[in-house]
Amino acid sequence: MNTSHTIANVAKKPRLKTSAMIASIASEGQRVKAAPFGKALVDLAESRSEIVGLTADLAKYTDLHLFAHAYPERFFQMGMAEQLLMAAAGGFAKEGFVPFATTYAVFGTRRAFDFVHQVIAEENLNVKLCCALPGLTTGYGPSHQATEDLALMRGIPGMTIVDPCDALDIEQAVPQIAAHQGPVYMRLPRGQVPLVLDEYDYKFELGKAKLLRDGRDVLVVSSGFMTMRSLEMADELRADNVDVAVLHVPTIKPLDDATLLAEVKRLDRLVVVAENHSVIGGLGEAVASLLMRNGVARAFRQIALPDAFLDAGALPTLHERYGISTSAMAARVRGWIGCSPKTCTPPVRGRFSSAGL
Amino acid sequence: MSDQLPLSERAYRIRRYALRMGEVQGQGYVGQALGYADVLAIAYGHAMTYRPDDPQWEARDRFLLSHGHYAIAFYAALIEAGILPEEELETYGSDDSRLPMSGMATYTPGMEMSGGSLGQGLPIAVGMALALRLKRNPAFVYNSMSDGELDEGSTWEAAMAASHHGLSNLICLVDINNQQADGPSSKVMAFEPLVDKWAAFGWHVQRVDGNDLPSVKAAFDTARALPEARPRVILCDTLMGKGVPFLEQREKNHFIRVDPPEWQQAIDHLDQAQGAAA
Repeated sequence: MNTSHTIANVAKKPRLKTSAMIASIASEGQRVKAAPFGKALVDLAESRSEIVGLTADLAKYTDLHLFAHAYPERFFQMGMAEQLLMAAAGGFAKEGFVPFATTYAVFGTRRAFDFVHQVIAEENLNVKLCCALPGLTTGYGPSHQATEDLALMRGIPGMTIVDPCDALDIEQAVPQIAAHQGPVYMRLPRGQVPLVLDEYDYKFELGKAKLLRDGRDVLVVSSGFMTMRSLEMADELRADNVDVAVLHVPTIKPLDDATLLAEVKRLDRLVVVAENHSVIGGLGEAVASLLMRNGVARAFRQIALPDAFLDAGALPTLHERYGISTSAMAARVRGWIGCSPKTCTPPVRGRFSSAGL
Repeated sequence: MSDQLPLSERAYRIRRYALRMGEVQGQGYVGQALGYADVLAIAYGHAMTYRPDDPQWEARDRFLLSHGHYAIAFYAALIEAGILPEEELETYGSDDSRLPMSGMATYTPGMEMSGGSLGQGLPIAVGMALALRLKRNPAFVYNSMSDGELDEGSTWEAAMAASHHGLSNLICLVDINNQQADGPSSKVMAFEPLVDKWAAFGWHVQRVDGNDLPSVKAAFDTARALPEARPRVILCDTLMGKGVPFLEQREKNHFIRVDPPEWQQAIDHLDQAQGAAA
């Protein structure tokens, strides 16, 4: 039991409004784009008449309402019934359509798992599952926090998994996942979505990891909005003279083995995998197993959500509590490399090579 | 499909093929096959539009076997329909066969879905029926399911949606043999009154003796000809093991094991009965 639940503690703390529980992950003043998924799908659907949209009573909350307004005859409301949603999407795919099915990640993965597995994946159907509120992006507690969605989807043979970082990633991913033959699970940031990757000469390519910035001391491998946090952390640690590289891995499955192995082998750095997912069964374990299978030994750490049912509360509080805020990440990395903000300079390079950890 | 053969002859041949496949493995869901053969004979011998040499023909009526464990019955119907060659029945349930014990779309020509995880056929059918309507393709989607699948919530999610979307191109067939894995379906989970339930969900409902060919045929004709914009269900009461008296009376007949000499006895019985009728 977390002691912060006590009445005394709650009374002392400044109260974060409920809106902080359901708001987007954008921080105040951050550049954002509204509903990038909905807009990208509408743009694409103009030239691709086989695209249809289905949802389980969450069009407005997955940005699919833009598609529903633009193409009402190609939008299908399935009601609050996720098993039906997945199977009906499978039915559309059997008839040659490319269905985009949306709901929340908890319902699309946990609740409808057998339908995704049997109806969609076993026949390699062309269904695109776009699921909002992945990982810890809502304060509503475990009912809405999809902290094991990647673990579930990774276990399904042939499932392609995309975990985009920002609005640019989503815009570019939508036409590519539509063009891909087979089932795709995409984690969906919705609403006011941050825009950060346009500053990095970045283009989304399905199946490819991208080195966004190089650095000699620490290699952070990340997906989803944790890439945004990792970039911020890299800036923060630069002040401590710690040089952090960030490798963005928007496609979790299939993993870009070649790029990952090349980057890890290139320099002897502390490898940190940062993900908005349980420490069990997500990107961290995927990368660890890749390195082990290939005999690549490096100091390795995971920044991920604990194997626990997480608390309800305001997102900034929870991100801090579970170590996925920028400052919490920076603090942990400083700890792993044995320095504090005041003592990191001059350069600590070499102190945390794989031999030393 | 033309009605060149009498439908009773088709039903007899479906039963016979199913028994021969059961004999290959020494066991199987033959009770269901015998009970459901009449419905399948009407579907493939009378009601449905298809091309035996082109199972993916765009204009075909779609037949979803939601109860994948009825594969033995369905393969028999596909052989009778000319979609599968008769010789292939010898491979039933064997390694590398196109005819696995539980029906899978990835294995078998004419199989529209991988069934077996129950309660998935009707929601798939909803998607297919919506898709056909969007394509302006007048084909029907038939979803075939067992009474045990009435226990599954997804069946009712789909029943609600089919009615909401006015799917007049969707026909659901329910095999009511009152037998599921743990015993009589009505004891496992009471499902009556079925006519009222489906009607309350907005469906056009018919309940027939599923072993009475003229009744089943009339029900299919009615379902196809209805002008109303709503889905149709045909509730088919059938008898497990129908046509082979010693199997009809077997108490545990969800999954039948038959002693080797009994297979021939069963086939002989069918042949004699058919000979007497002809």
